[in-house]
Amino acid sequence: MSEKKLMKGNEALAEGAVRAGCRFFAGYPITPQNEVPEYMSWRLPEVGGAFIQAESEVAAINMIYGAAATGTRCLTSSSSPGVSLKQEGISYCAGSDIPLLIANVVRGGPGLGNIAGSQGDYWQATRGGGHGDYRVFVMAPYSVSEMANFPHKCYETAFKYRLPSMILADGILGQMMEPVEFIHPEIDPKSLEEPEWAIGVNKGRAKHIINSLDLREGMLEKMILERAKRYRELEGAEVLYEEKLLNDAEIALVAYGTSARVATAAVKAAREKGIKAGLFRPITLWPYPKARLAELASRIKKFLAVEMNLGQMVDDVRLAVNGRAEVYLYSRPGGSVITAEEVTAAIENIVKNGAREYAALK
Amino acid sequence: MYQGIRISGFGGQGVISAGILLAQAGMTEEKKVTFFPSYGAEMRGGTANCSVVISSDEVTTPIVSSPDTAIVLNEPSLAKFEPLVKPGGLLIINSSLVNSKPVRNDINVLYVPCNKIAGELGNVKVMNLVALGAFAAGTGAVSVEAITKALPKIFKKLKPEMIELNAKALRRGAEIKLN
Repeated sequence: MSEKKLMKGNEALAEGAVRAGCRFFAGYPITPQNEVPEYMSWRLPEVGGAFIQAESEVAAINMIYGAAATGTRCLTSSSSPGVSLKQEGISYCAGSDIPLLIANVVRGGPGLGNIAGSQGDYWQATRGGGHGDYRVFVMAPYSVSEMANFPHKCYETAFKYRLPSMILADGILGQMMEPVEFIHPEIDPKSLEEPEWAIGVNKGRAKHIINSLDLREGMLEKMILERAKRYRELEGAEVLYEEKLLNDAEIALVAYGTSARVATAAVKAAREKGIKAGLFRPITLWPYPKARLAELASRIKKFLAVEMNLGQMVDDVRLAVNGRAEVYLYSRPGGSVITAEEVTAAIENIVKNGAREYAALK
Repeated sequence: MYQGIRISGFGGQGVISAGILLAQAGMTEEKKVTFFPSYGAEMRGGTANCSVVISSDEVTTPIVSSPDTAIVLNEPSLAKFEPLVKPGGLLIINSSLVNSKPVRNDINVLYVPCNKIAGELGNVKVMNLVALGAFAAGTGAVSVEAITKALPKIFKKLKPEMIELNAKALRRGAEIKLN
């Protein structure tokens, strides 16, 4: 499709997954991501795929665990409380080296929270909300077009390195409409080679077992170290980020997703006030673009993380700059929307008044 | 060029479709657009609203907190959105249903009897298009032609005669001028 189409973020994500070869979806309803299952319920049958409204989030993640074990490209989507329920399953998928895609259209938390857009699940997404040593490839779209086009990269990466992948969006990105252009060629899953580890009906092939359990002495460690090697390769090759106006910047804002849109407006407003501000936007949240941030910290001495939470990604900024620059935070939790004016005021306060700490916490 | 719009009214008045139509129309005019609905715990008969941005530059925030134009289609929406309009901005009031008068004198006000005009055309359902016509003429942010072109793209299941009636309502609305 070369013509731009006005689409809702959730629908764009669903269509993007189908075009990237997704043929199985299981999920359970929750606001603000309901358009994903609604779309899949009619779209997947059109392309010979299957849609299941599961009896729970736990059932849904385990259904796609099973389906993905056959090498099928699968998707489950939910919002924060539902994604918490999926964590056990995600840990099992990671422990069994199963590639799949989970979409989290984040809402205000903890608990049932509210249904507004939030970024309160950053730690859960990037640190692994489930148990054990594992990683999930996490992408953070900031436009409806990226919602549409990121499933492609998620599947490619998940299948190449054999790990779960996640799209970490939020209620605003899920609900908003924007013109969308699908940039990747559509993938017919029948044209894809069956992964060598896949299970299913295939006579004459060696027996495959998909399992995360290994009780033999030292074997679990061996398995995890082999997996860690793939994590390291992924970290070296698949980091994505975007930079805006950083060449002469005296302060770099660091923000992903919806916050990066707000930060873009704040950077522009600050520049109009004569402050050289720029934006660093992580696109992959794991792996985090820490090497590039470290490089930038050799010449930019002030970093301001902008987030819709109590301050979570700011930890990764601090780890990356490792004391070579001052790191500030402007954030609001609970599904409250950060405005460009607030962020601009924070920038001014830091640059002009030399504020040591800046946060929405008062 | 930047135009932030808030549209508000009862559920069923076509608030959401009016917003999507504006975004689609802006897109066909090669502008950057976003649409964002209120998706709270809405109930039948309750108030729904949406944000639309039509801009020549990339749209950063899709939620319009201080609109250049607010279109209020029912009484409760006036109290909620009048205070948010930018000084010098435009407030379009559906005078068929809104009896109260705005209190501010630093904004432009356009009274449009949306329900009355739609009723004269034979179907009160097209009242939201009357409001959009007044918006297009009053702001120039998007043309009546672009909204007309957007109609069949957004209302895919509508019969041609209903599309034409919507277009007619749009043109009637566009005849209403500021003072």
